[in-house]
Amino acid sequence: MSSRNGGLKLGTHNQRVEYGKKLVELGGKNADIVVLEADLGKSTMSSLFEEAFPDRYFEMGIAEQNMTSFAGGLALAGKIPFTNTFAVFASGRAYDQIRQSIATAKLNVKVVGSSSGMSDFGDGATHQSIDDVAIMSAVPNMTVFTPCDGIETGLAVEAAAALDGPCYIRLCRNDLEDIYPVQAGYRIGEPVALREGVDVAVYTHGIMAHAALAAAQMAQEEGISAAVIHIPTIKPLREDLVRKLAEGKKGVVVCEEASIQGGLNMLVSYILRGTGIPVESMAVMDVFGQSGSSHQELLAYYELDAESVLKKIRKAVVLP
Amino acid sequence: MLEAVEKQRLEEMAKEIRKDIVTMIGVGKAGHLGGSCSLADIVSVLYFYKMNHDPSDPKKKERDRFLLSKGHAAIVQYAALMESGYFDKEESIHTLKKLGSHLQGHPDMRKLAGIEANTGSLGQGVSLAAGLAAGLKLDGLESKVYVAVGDGELAEGQIWEAFMAASNFELDNLRVIIDRNGLQATGKTADRFRIGDLEGKMKAFGFEVTVVDGHDVEAVAQALDQADTVKKKPVCIIADTVKGKGIPFAEGIASFHNGTLTQEQYDEALRVLAG
Ligand SMILES: Cc1ncc(C[n+]2csc(CCOP(=O)(O)OP(=O)(O)O)c2C)c(N)n1
Repeated sequence: MSSRNGGLKLGTHNQRVEYGKKLVELGGKNADIVVLEADLGKSTMSSLFEEAFPDRYFEMGIAEQNMTSFAGGLALAGKIPFTNTFAVFASGRAYDQIRQSIATAKLNVKVVGSSSGMSDFGDGATHQSIDDVAIMSAVPNMTVFTPCDGIETGLAVEAAAALDGPCYIRLCRNDLEDIYPVQAGYRIGEPVALREGVDVAVYTHGIMAHAALAAAQMAQEEGISAAVIHIPTIKPLREDLVRKLAEGKKGVVVCEEASIQGGLNMLVSYILRGTGIPVESMAVMDVFGQSGSSHQELLAYYELDAESVLKKIRKAVVLP
Repeated sequence: MLEAVEKQRLEEMAKEIRKDIVTMIGVGKAGHLGGSCSLADIVSVLYFYKMNHDPSDPKKKERDRFLLSKGHAAIVQYAALMESGYFDKEESIHTLKKLGSHLQGHPDMRKLAGIEANTGSLGQGVSLAAGLAAGLKLDGLESKVYVAVGDGELAEGQIWEAFMAASNFELDNLRVIIDRNGLQATGKTADRFRIGDLEGKMKAFGFEVTVVDGHDVEAVAQALDQADTVKKKPVCIIADTVKGKGIPFAEGIASFHNGTLTQEQYDEALRVLAG
């Protein structure tokens, strides 16, 4: 077992594991799938692909920028490359390579950001991606996937592989419960209702669906009916559906484990403009992260835990 | 040549640093043991022999600077700082990576006096060190800038941009120390991503190059003293080291890059270091 797992036991439904397994599955069906890594394969779980298809696995060394443009070159040769490193380096270090080499030409490269948000709790600010959603969304031609659990990770990776164009897939480091309703299907751009409700709609992406579901359960015990709407892709996003799901609600809450600047909060507020429906925001409020003893401890500290969602739900029902 | 007592003192300090490293990491928590221990002897020589620094005046203008481009080895610098008296050891040694602690997973100069730059995203520290060296020269200061780089980290392109800048600007106050422990996060550097003839490359990039045994305090001290005689070019000290050095069960083992210690391993490490 890798030392980079931070002592965590990898459950079968860890996003990283599901991602690695899906890569192997897709690689078995399609010989054009190639995988690139920057010395974190035992953490990103691209190591599973390395074991299965060593000839189609490129260990690029700790060189994310070169890896990213090199992947662009593989795409030019008709391959479907998946690049792997932590989200903070995938989106940040290699930003210009993504923008210039890949996105302007609409090359078929899949950039996978592992250990996103605060999920690398011990390593602190330099390793915690709070801005990846904003900067990847800002790149034209980019599709931005934000799966909520291991099941959805598999669906997102499949959808990304089938799509001809640049993609960013944001994955969490730590074990997550299975919550994605498989019967709902999976369509890029379409919000998924994880829970119905009439008073408030809580919009989330990525791991925040878990806190939102727990909060909605607690709210119900207080007599508040809260819907939980998960956003599988921040971009593209069906604005009509976002608006429809907010109809008749007293207020909405948006919560994300990413910066308030340029994330889902701003997007939903923009989409709901003119509807008169008040929006309560929850995000990383324009600050860097820091080291903590667990992911959960940091989420509580930055007011992104279930208790904090509940407070916002309460606020949203009494808003004018 | 170091006097025998001096040599012994530096070796003792290296041992203290290793004890602090193990104590900070503790039991059952991830910590960068390997790459911190490989630097312990070098850091001992820097802080307790070579560098001009003053724990009571951490911002003193004339001080020498030490930066960790391989910021994940932060705890080796934390150990040297606490042994020097920059902050209280007893109060802090058990707070590594705890919420609110000044001992972050990676060095943060806004949180801890004695840290010269924020590093952790690999490949950027040499650029910071070179810029710092250029700035100190502009001010006519004699200060030296020491920067430690990992051999896996050398894959980052920015490192080589920085090397070119260092020789272009004739930064003879800059010393790049390469911690050649032969391992990176996922295995042996030689298996994962080969960097080739390092000495030849560094010479070609305009450096004065020395290769030393990075665990021989005398050799390290000598190489650092020798560096002071070099003019108009930057100096590179390639230190051959063992990842996890001093902790027998971790020596040369990739999984201790950022692994956890069991209670038995923790006790064993401290027992060996006490000997
Ligand atoms: C830009 C960047 N990419 C990846 C990482 C993750 N990472 C931390 S340490 C490490 C391996 C470093 O290897 P090396 O430079 O040889 O250091 P050492 O073995 O001496 O610890 C990696 C890949 C990082 N911190 N920064």
